Amino acid sequence: MKPERAALAAVAPYLWLLAFFAVPFLLVAKLSLSDSVLAMPPYAPQIDLSRGADGVRAFLAALDLETYLRLVRDHLYLDAYLSSLRLAATGTVILLLIGYPIAYGITRCAPGPRQALLMAVILPFWTSFLIRIYAWIAILKPQGLLNAALGALGLEPVNLLNTEAAVILGLVYAYLPFMVLPLYAVLTRQDESLIEAAQDLGASPTRAFWTVTVPLSLPGVAAGALLCFIPMAGEFVIPDLLGGSETLMLGKVIWIEFFANRDWPAASAVAIVLLVTLLVPIMLLERAPPKVLR
Amino acid sequence: MTGRLQIGAIRSSFAPWEDPLLKPLVRFEAVSKRFGETAAVSEVSLAIYEGEFFALLGPSGCGKTTLMRMLAGFETPDAGRILLDGEDIAPLPPHRRPVHMMFQSYALFPHLTVAQNVAFGLKQRGDPKAEIDARVDEMLGLVKLAGLGRRRPDQLSGGQRQRVALARAIAPSPRILLLDEPLAALDRKLREETRVELMALQQTLGMTFVIVTHDQDEAMVLADRIAVMRDGEVAQVGRPAEIYEAPADRYVAGFVGDVNLFEARLDSVDGGRVRLASPEGRFEADDDDPPEVGATAWLAVRPEKMRLTVEPPPEGPNRLSGRISDIGYLGDWTTYGVEIAPGRVIRAARANAARRVEAPLGWDDQVWLAFAPDAAVVLKR
Repeated sequence: MKPERAALAAVAPYLWLLAFFAVPFLLVAKLSLSDSVLAMPPYAPQIDLSRGADGVRAFLAALDLETYLRLVRDHLYLDAYLSSLRLAATGTVILLLIGYPIAYGITRCAPGPRQALLMAVILPFWTSFLIRIYAWIAILKPQGLLNAALGALGLEPVNLLNTEAAVILGLVYAYLPFMVLPLYAVLTRQDESLIEAAQDLGASPTRAFWTVTVPLSLPGVAAGALLCFIPMAGEFVIPDLLGGSETLMLGKVIWIEFFANRDWPAASAVAIVLLVTLLVPIMLLERAPPKVLR
Repeated sequence: MTGRLQIGAIRSSFAPWEDPLLKPLVRFEAVSKRFGETAAVSEVSLAIYEGEFFALLGPSGCGKTTLMRMLAGFETPDAGRILLDGEDIAPLPPHRRPVHMMFQSYALFPHLTVAQNVAFGLKQRGDPKAEIDARVDEMLGLVKLAGLGRRRPDQLSGGQRQRVALARAIAPSPRILLLDEPLAALDRKLREETRVELMALQQTLGMTFVIVTHDQDEAMVLADRIAVMRDGEVAQVGRPAEIYEAPADRYVAGFVGDVNLFEARLDSVDGGRVRLASPEGRFEADDDDPPEVGATAWLAVRPEKMRLTVEPPPEGPNRLSGRISDIGYLGDWTTYGVEIAPGRVIRAARANAARRVEAPLGWDDQVWLAFAPDAAVVLKR
């Protein structure tokens, strides 16, 4: 490759990030510092470029942190943050508990069934996400499939729809592939002779699993957990469709602020805070990776 | 000792396999193993003795690794038994066998330090921490890695990783140490040094070593005895000198070292002296257990036992003439290819005993080859 081309290849990701992350982020950040007004567009101030530098200065002077102060003062927002993080964390733990055995089981299979099982993990993607979540409504509603099955077994019906449990169920269902695939990727790359070496040196198969397989799969655990936790914390569709009015998640708050209240600055501020809350732990993880992750 | 000649140049007093009263440490009894359609190991019987350095030698796919993995417990025999100290070890899973293995890939745990790697087997056994620490230090000293205990495997050179793998496998003092191609990943110089160290280590520890290798030099240098394997079967077991100087068949003769083979018909047997005839000439060889007269046999002569001369040797058997078709100068040795008939090249080798030579040989020179009756081996198959 010619040097110029190599340089271009190196610059391309940054251009991409600039266009699709940095610029939108700055726009949203600017929006979050504005005030909500009854107008079109529904926020102020606007930059008046006809006044040149004075216009820009006046615009910058009008920006303030008022919206953020509101976020801190109104406990509704704090509650929504905490409940989002709690639901995402619960979902992530359950996903790990379910996803790890699935991924491990798939790596232990003969190549034929292994492909079939991997396919089965990916297959739900071929159906619309919305339709799959609607299907859960049909399963969980009071006269739904679940209660019909419980009734047939002579058990009491349960009311899951519009509860937090339904949201967690939906999250776990929807994000399972994002947990299984990174775990499968690390587990399948693991050198089989390491397990044999552990057993050869006196570790029972169970001990070999806990002392070798699990520590070496931690990068996959971290990847899967981040891949699930981050979007789950901002998830909108699942809590909206499966959760009740008492399940407050940030995705829903942003939606309400933006569409129902037409308060674009508040919606932007919530989004920015969410982004920062999620970015900080990732950056910490990047900067000081535990030794096993290297 | 005078009179009766011995095979090989080395005198060794260590020969437990010659003692009929001694029980072997490991005994394979008609062990077979199939993988699908292919028989990896068929009906192998072997005895390995306490303190022995035993080599399983053969090309890839000959079953040597499968045989070793059955001893470690990673494969189970389909038929036959493996006895350790006279007891069938079939019911023991790998982690209960007093047999440790040094893996070809070394299989060092990348998430553990060198010291933690070496301590792994001791920890599984539940040794007290102080004892483990002392043993780890001792082992690292033994393999000349003292002070590197806190490194991680990826911070070590290939040779150092090899030593860690060795230290880890011997730390819990197994009854048998299995070495799967232990030197294959090292470059030549390091390989030769490590060979010497391995031998010294085995002497110091008095441990039974079983090595799997495809490298005949490695097996010859290291082992007390070698089992040459072919297609899942043991072709011959013996001391390196026996394998080399008295091969059981053409396969063994050709696998270990270079060899010239002459297909011939057995003409007569006179005492220990056998006379053979072939289109390439008349031959005489010494053999205590010759084939029947009239049978086809193969005469095997090693290149270094061929005498290469410009002057014709005295009239008689065991002489050939031809034209030098290739010369390979190796420093310590020079090898020659002598074409005795179109397309038929006989190998000869000469030690470069002198720095300066009066009449050096060159390509296309007409030369004579001759060998003593004692230098040739008569092979029945």
